[in-house]
Amino acid sequence: MLKIRNLHAKIEGKEILRGIDLDVKAGEIHAIMGPNGSGKSTLASVLAGNEAFEVVEGSVEFNGKDLLDLSPEDRAREGFFLSFQYPVEIPGVSMTNFMRTALNEQKKYRGEAALSASDFLKLMRDRKQLVDIDSDLTNRSVNEGFSGGEKKKNEIFQMAMLDPKLAILDETDSGLDIDALRIVANGVNKLRRPDNATILITHYQRLLDHIVPDFVHVLYKGKIVKSAGKELAYELEKNGYDWIKQEME
Amino acid sequence: MQLSEHDISLQRLFAENRELIEKDAAPGVNAAREGAMEAFSKLGIPSSKVEAYKYTNLQAWFKAGYTQAYGLNGATSEALKQFECNVHELDSYTLFTVNGKFVAGSNVEALPDGVEAGSFAELSKKYPELLKRYYGSLAKVEEDGFVALNTLFATDGIFIYVPKGKVVEKPIQVVNVLTGEQDLMVNQRNLIVVEEQAQARVLFCDHTMSMSRFVVNTVTEGHVAESAMLDFYNLQNQHNGTVQVGAYHFDQAARSLLNANYFTLHTGVARNNIFSRLGGPHAENHISGLYVIDKNQHVDNFSFINHAVPDCESNELFKGVMDDASTGAFTGRILVAPDAQRTNAYQSNNNLLLTENAKMNTRPQLEIYADDVKCSHGATVGQLDENAMFYLRARGISKEEANILLMYAFAYEVIEKIQVPALKEQIRELVEKRFRGELDKCDSCVVCGQLGTGRAKSE
Repeated sequence: MLKIRNLHAKIEGKEILRGIDLDVKAGEIHAIMGPNGSGKSTLASVLAGNEAFEVVEGSVEFNGKDLLDLSPEDRAREGFFLSFQYPVEIPGVSMTNFMRTALNEQKKYRGEAALSASDFLKLMRDRKQLVDIDSDLTNRSVNEGFSGGEKKKNEIFQMAMLDPKLAILDETDSGLDIDALRIVANGVNKLRRPDNATILITHYQRLLDHIVPDFVHVLYKGKIVKSAGKELAYELEKNGYDWIKQEME
Repeated sequence: MQLSEHDISLQRLFAENRELIEKDAAPGVNAAREGAMEAFSKLGIPSSKVEAYKYTNLQAWFKAGYTQAYGLNGATSEALKQFECNVHELDSYTLFTVNGKFVAGSNVEALPDGVEAGSFAELSKKYPELLKRYYGSLAKVEEDGFVALNTLFATDGIFIYVPKGKVVEKPIQVVNVLTGEQDLMVNQRNLIVVEEQAQARVLFCDHTMSMSRFVVNTVTEGHVAESAMLDFYNLQNQHNGTVQVGAYHFDQAARSLLNANYFTLHTGVARNNIFSRLGGPHAENHISGLYVIDKNQHVDNFSFINHAVPDCESNELFKGVMDDASTGAFTGRILVAPDAQRTNAYQSNNNLLLTENAKMNTRPQLEIYADDVKCSHGATVGQLDENAMFYLRARGISKEEANILLMYAFAYEVIEKIQVPALKEQIRELVEKRFRGELDKCDSCVVCGQLGTGRAKSE
């Protein structure tokens, strides 16, 4: 589904990603861990098409297409989803209007008919239950005045609405209390299917107690320096990153 | 100061046509022309050297040589046949002016007893005591050459009188139409009187129906008496050969409430002079505006909120979305008199510039002579939020659609100020159409059903 080869990216002249290789297949869940500043969020932003970052080398193939060649909106329409670490507040744009526009533009791209108003509302209701999001929130402007936890739940709600093939959750667990974490994790688990895939970017093991990854990667100084099964996450939780840093230097 | 050639041409025009102008006007209206003549001979049409008109030079447009509205014979029912006025979409009392002259509309006979809404020429004769008390009391000829010009040439317009305790729930909708084959100058005069404990909602829709050049100088005086309420809306959707100076002078007595909202969705050159005097304790006003302009359009909102007494509150919010090489200006003058303690005065002006060629001048001017006051002002000029843009695109929304969503999001705060729900919905639709670039393609104005004139010849 996703093939990243030798990906290098810069922001303001500073190289953050220094040769990433990663393969994600349908049905898999990957976790990317790593110390602060290792490039985890940069990787997510580059894949989503954030123009603040400049890709200087490498390739990314997504379901046979050159992902880097697509606009951010076309990446989303091809089935790519980023759960933002810091969801943006947009006063004046209602959640309903936002989701209806996004969903229908994606459908249009795929040559499908737009949802009728009643089907759309039905889908909203259904997906709201999945992530246990307050009905009230979807009547408000996008993320405006939402608590940190509500914003993260809202990201998973959008993921549920748009039903992507590949979702990257960028520190979706940070700032969540244990109940919210469970709700978010439940949502992700329920959306899991043999034909989609998820990449979790996280600092902490605790999310991985709820969403069990098939692979765990450690990103350090812009490169994946270690990949293993879920047991790697426990090891990191116990011993921190220092032993990896020592191995590297 | 020295009068310009144009000013002299206007003086001569008045002298030559005085008899015609005065023929059907109320004695009080004619009497006021003396002072106007004297004032105009001192002021003329202000140049951009006059501080208040620094960003909008109107001298070139105001001269004799256009057909004058006072000389037209109405010719009105013909013009209005083009009107597919679906006004009942907005449940309202409807009046028209065509080139500044009153034309009967619909449903006005259903106004509550004693409430008048009709021709300024007629009603100013019917109510000489109201005219005497209010006419020219706020819009003073000696303070602005445009007021002097209007007072000199004024013959007709709209007169609305809501007597003590009367509540007019449905909006009184005034559709101001400019039409005809000839380039035209209009000096329309309106008077709104809302007496003690009375309430009214008034909507002025300004439209053009033919492609001629229109030079408009309108003066509206609005009196809001003790514990009375006036909701006033002005919607401007005119082709870009239009030059309009609109003066709106309000006076508020104790515990009165004024909401005044100005929507400039399409125009050539627009200048709004918005004056509001809070003249009795616990009076409150909310004055807002939204201008959405492109091409070479120019909009200048000049406002002056006068806190003359203690314990009043004013809230001012103007927002602009400016595309292409459009230009704009905002002046927000707030005066807090020496004994106007416990004043709350808030002002903000926010602008979204979509191109490097669009230009905005914004100037807050606060003069505060009392010490126990809360005043704030803020002015911003900026671009669309790139983070929000990326967030929307990352969900599959195209750049164009994201632009429209964000422009609308920027503007919605002003639309939220509209107190009449049906009107709010219609203006919301209209603004959205404007952002989609569909406004001049649309068949009719959703608010009053007026047929569009199509994209105007560019200036």
